[in-house]
Amino acid sequence: MLAMAYRGPYRVRTVHKPTPAIEHPHDAIVRVVRSCICGSDLHLYHGLVPDTRVGSTFGHEFIGQVVDVGSEVRSLRVGDRVLVPFNIFCGTCFFCQRELYGNCHATNPEATAVGGIYGYSHTTGGYDGGQAEFVRVPMADVGPTLIPDDLHAEDAVLLTDALPTGYQAAEMGDIREGDTVVVFGAGPIGLFAARSAWLMGAGRVIVVDHVPYRLEFAARYAQCETINFLEVNDMAEHIKRMTDGLGADVCIDCVGAEAEGNFLQRLTGVRMKWQAGAATVLHWAVNSVRKGGRLSIVGVYGPTFNAFPIGNALNKGLTLRMNQASVKRHLPRLIEHIRAGHLRPRDIITHRMPLEEVADAYHLFSSKLDGCIKAVLIPPGADALGWPIGSAA
Amino acid sequence: MNDDPYRPHGQSRDAHERDMAAGHVHRPPLDPARYAHIPGWGVDRDKRDRPAVPMERTPPRLDGIHWDRPPQQHPTVEVLHSTERSGLTPVYGTTVPPCGLSGMLRRAGFRYSENDLRRWLILLLADRVDVVEGLAGDVATGHVPRLYTEMGGRAELRHNPAGAVRKAVTVAAVAGVAYWLWQRRRRDGSR
Repeated sequence: MLAMAYRGPYRVRTVHKPTPAIEHPHDAIVRVVRSCICGSDLHLYHGLVPDTRVGSTFGHEFIGQVVDVGSEVRSLRVGDRVLVPFNIFCGTCFFCQRELYGNCHATNPEATAVGGIYGYSHTTGGYDGGQAEFVRVPMADVGPTLIPDDLHAEDAVLLTDALPTGYQAAEMGDIREGDTVVVFGAGPIGLFAARSAWLMGAGRVIVVDHVPYRLEFAARYAQCETINFLEVNDMAEHIKRMTDGLGADVCIDCVGAEAEGNFLQRLTGVRMKWQAGAATVLHWAVNSVRKGGRLSIVGVYGPTFNAFPIGNALNKGLTLRMNQASVKRHLPRLIEHIRAGHLRPRDIITHRMPLEEVADAYHLFSSKLDGCIKAVLIPPGADALGWPIGSAA
Repeated sequence: MNDDPYRPHGQSRDAHERDMAAGHVHRPPLDPARYAHIPGWGVDRDKRDRPAVPMERTPPRLDGIHWDRPPQQHPTVEVLHSTERSGLTPVYGTTVPPCGLSGMLRRAGFRYSENDLRRWLILLLADRVDVVEGLAGDVATGHVPRLYTEMGGRAELRHNPAGAVRKAVTVAAVAGVAYWLWQRRRRDGSR
């Protein structure tokens, strides 16, 4: 089968790999129909995630059709159309029993701090991902979700990670009616966090970034105020000026380890690897949120340590919430929102490219060229399966 | 701006600014009509409508579970596990097992817990060694890697031609200087 393969920092190509086989009685094999490149894939692409092995296939946002099931799989049949949450989870461990599916303890031997994730290095279990023609899908009775007939396939693929992560980011901010919410990052997760903040009754939503086309897109798609941080002298002071001198009620970090905006943070966190990524947004968020405010983090950082202003967080009495999204628990409500017209996730897709052009797709997304917000990869032969992609309004 | 109250010596210009400086700020009640243009504004105000509230929820709302614990996957390749757990998990990935010098480094890294910085630094080093091994492996199997294409060069040329030219000039300049230094050293050595 054709699959994307990592060759080193900033280098990927397509290769022919053996088609995955059932390795466990709860496995299924899924033929991929659509697969996205996620912003967090860029951390892998840039060589920042430890134990990213050459030859790995990335991709944790994908939908497809079941082509084989293991002997213990009862909920899926060959031919089913499924969206596959990025979390690989067992459903019965201590954490899954508490609906913390993103923290499953039974699917990633290589680490205990993070659960299993498709195509996200051996630090998250060493699974191949969905930027390929076929994927091995473990614990197939609980992970994959049947795609309802009325759900557009491109909305479905964004339900595997980007939309639930953005929604959970807003949810962890514990937004109350009238709150001022500052979202750092105008990428897909930031856009969905901003839209979700409105659903939760925010009074103001402000998105911060430095890429003009992304800010314009955010203003249009999320109907929010925007700040270009290159035009701001000091972020905390600027946010205070905008919020009656108090600061925002909620700040949400949708950027993570590769934040721009501070030379020293970039040098120590990204170039020299002296800390687990640039903590620029964490600094801005702690210092821009009001006393007693809430800070929600979904931006991805490395496993070591970051220079973080914990003293200010203590003195301000902040509540910090963060996690990998527990995708499965969000799906019913988010599908309701899509059906009701509250959200139309597929509007953020700017690029649809054949899997064979994966190197170009990564470069466009990474370098923010050609107005790229979200790139979707189409494996060869996927459209021959006859899915009604693109036919819905 | 001299009259900016946010400057170190700036003074509040009116009562509102004095109140803001002192935190005596009271927000007026919110008018939902202001948000009529935003689809779905406020429909999840009630926290009972938010699917991940409370954070921990038992029993889980999952269909299709017919096992107490998943059966153990049998290893067919070398799989390393964290020293912070007592063995392999029931399910795991089997892609790209450790091999070569990078594999030796990975095995060394996994001797340390996730709590130990050495584990992560050794793994990052292994990743870099793996890249060199990957290039060597390509050449050994007769495959000349198309580095520029693998780095998205076609997209760069199409969508950022000026940047592509800048990078080409920079690479050529660095290579030229390196060649000139090497030649000079060779000439000095032969004297």
